[in-house]
Amino acid sequence: MSAVITASRLGKRYKTSVALDDVSFQIEPGRIVGLIGPNGAGKTTALKAILGLTDFTGELNVLGYDPRKQRDKLMGDVCFIADVAVLPRWIKVSQAVDFVANVHPRFDRKKCEAFLARTKLQPNQRVRQMSKGMIVQLHLALVMAIDARLLILDEPTLGLDILYRKQFYQNLLEDYFDENKTIIVTTHQVEEVEHILTDLMFIRDGRIVLDADMDAVGERFIEVMVNADQADVARALKPIDERQVFGKSIFLFDGASRATLEGLGEIRRPSVSDLFVATMKGTYA
Amino acid sequence: MNTQTLKNQTLNNVYWLVKREYWEHRGGFFWAPVITGGIFLLLNIMGIITAEVLGARNGINLGASGGLQHVIADMDAGDLSQVGFALDVAMYSAMGLLVVVLGFVVFFYCLGALYDDRRDRSILFWKSLPVSDTSTVLSKVISATVLAPIIAVVVGIVVGMLQLLILAVTLSFHGVNVWQLLLLAHPFRVMFNLIGYIPLYALWAAPAVGWLLICSAWSRSKPFLWAVALPVGTGLLVAWFGIMGLFNLPTAWFWKNVVLRALLSVFPGTGNLFGSHNTVAFVSSNGTDVLDLAQTWHLAATPDLWIGVVAGVALLAGAIWFRRWRDDA
Repeated sequence: MSAVITASRLGKRYKTSVALDDVSFQIEPGRIVGLIGPNGAGKTTALKAILGLTDFTGELNVLGYDPRKQRDKLMGDVCFIADVAVLPRWIKVSQAVDFVANVHPRFDRKKCEAFLARTKLQPNQRVRQMSKGMIVQLHLALVMAIDARLLILDEPTLGLDILYRKQFYQNLLEDYFDENKTIIVTTHQVEEVEHILTDLMFIRDGRIVLDADMDAVGERFIEVMVNADQADVARALKPIDERQVFGKSIFLFDGASRATLEGLGEIRRPSVSDLFVATMKGTYA
Repeated sequence: MNTQTLKNQTLNNVYWLVKREYWEHRGGFFWAPVITGGIFLLLNIMGIITAEVLGARNGINLGASGGLQHVIADMDAGDLSQVGFALDVAMYSAMGLLVVVLGFVVFFYCLGALYDDRRDRSILFWKSLPVSDTSTVLSKVISATVLAPIIAVVVGIVVGMLQLLILAVTLSFHGVNVWQLLLLAHPFRVMFNLIGYIPLYALWAAPAVGWLLICSAWSRSKPFLWAVALPVGTGLLVAWFGIMGLFNLPTAWFWKNVVLRALLSVFPGTGNLFGSHNTVAFVSSNGTDVLDLAQTWHLAATPDLWIGVVAGVALLAGAIWFRRWRDDA
């Protein structure tokens, strides 16, 4: 199967800054890609370009469409949750379902109603009467009932409590995702998504600084917990990060030999958030 | 997908988009005319009661001895048609108040139509659906120039009928035969004239709807200020430098044909009131009808109307473009 998204030399410049600096990447079907980067790194711009919401330079192909010219058709196959609270505040649950059911050819009303039945949402309830968590439940119910090939989530759980956040990703995995679908998610709550991601993309200052699947990440990056007496040996191997815990040093290596590192101390797979912090060092300095 | 299903899909989308507009703006489209009509009737009833009470207190009782009935019986055909004409005016009078309300509703609806969802970012939800920006803008135009006027006219007709009924019932207390009186009025002609005026209104309002929608789609904040300040500011500059002199036209021409058209054409009747030919004389000489379609539709023969339509379509094309590419959510 061909790639879901192919971007080559994607660029976007604002008056004072560069949001995307000739970025190229490819996303295959059946993946869950985490697009992760500091504030202002260009994540949202990249997603907007994919959704045809903004103009850009370079080439971009999403599901065979050019998002600049064929946005209406593209949106038949792509779903999109920006962040919480972009549902219009005046709309009622029943109106939202009616509307999407009638304008979206791939919407399954029964499925949506089944999802809604699992929540406390009432058909007559308006969005303005809902909590953030309930709004995202409604949005998710609408989106999961659409048989789309690409789902884009931009900070979907911002401001939700932990129950809603857990439930959100659980629903996505259990009731939505399959090998024909692709999900791209940006979030700052890295810990919550890292176990569901199949691919990781780090973006910084408009450039992609890491683009790998999770297995490759596990091969490439290794964390070693080293006793103080071995610390200088470890430092000589040029770790990309070092931090201290309980009198021991934890070093993070990129592409070092596993065998060498095993000799220094206990090795383990780094968490995505530690990797992120190490990669983005000095971003705001 | 072949062209036929694509066309059906587009029509279906526009239908649901218009429905969506109605859901969101039921307050302005439906309740505003209903409440206005209700207040109008209430004021009428209060007026009648006051008149009755004052009349009774001062010992005046019109037609107590069936006098009024005799007056009507003694009328000739010409007098009777005048009575009918007066009753029609009573029916129109309800509409008079409603069109002012409709003008305000349409004005502010257009200003917010492509702006409010950008401000609260719900545009991101609407744009996540497979609906073209052209359909979206078109649905707003239909809501402003067809849906809102139809509701206002229907409410106006109902209120007008009730008004007529109240008058008839009041007079019946004074010995006048209700049905005879009602037969003199022409409620169906009134309805026909009002409904027939809607397409004319839509055409006349086109430049203002286009201008307000393009401001709504373009401005990053305060669309009202931009929509008013730009034409008025231009008008002042034109006056100051006497630019119209270059075309051998008075400055007033610019104000009347550009500034006022861009802002006030959404008020029904303005076309016939200050359109260039003043086609409707509100004092109808032969007592037929003030809003006879044969009279009002003279406007359709004026270049004013059609130049405005062309300008309106161009402005709407601009609004669609801004809706597609304005990137600030």
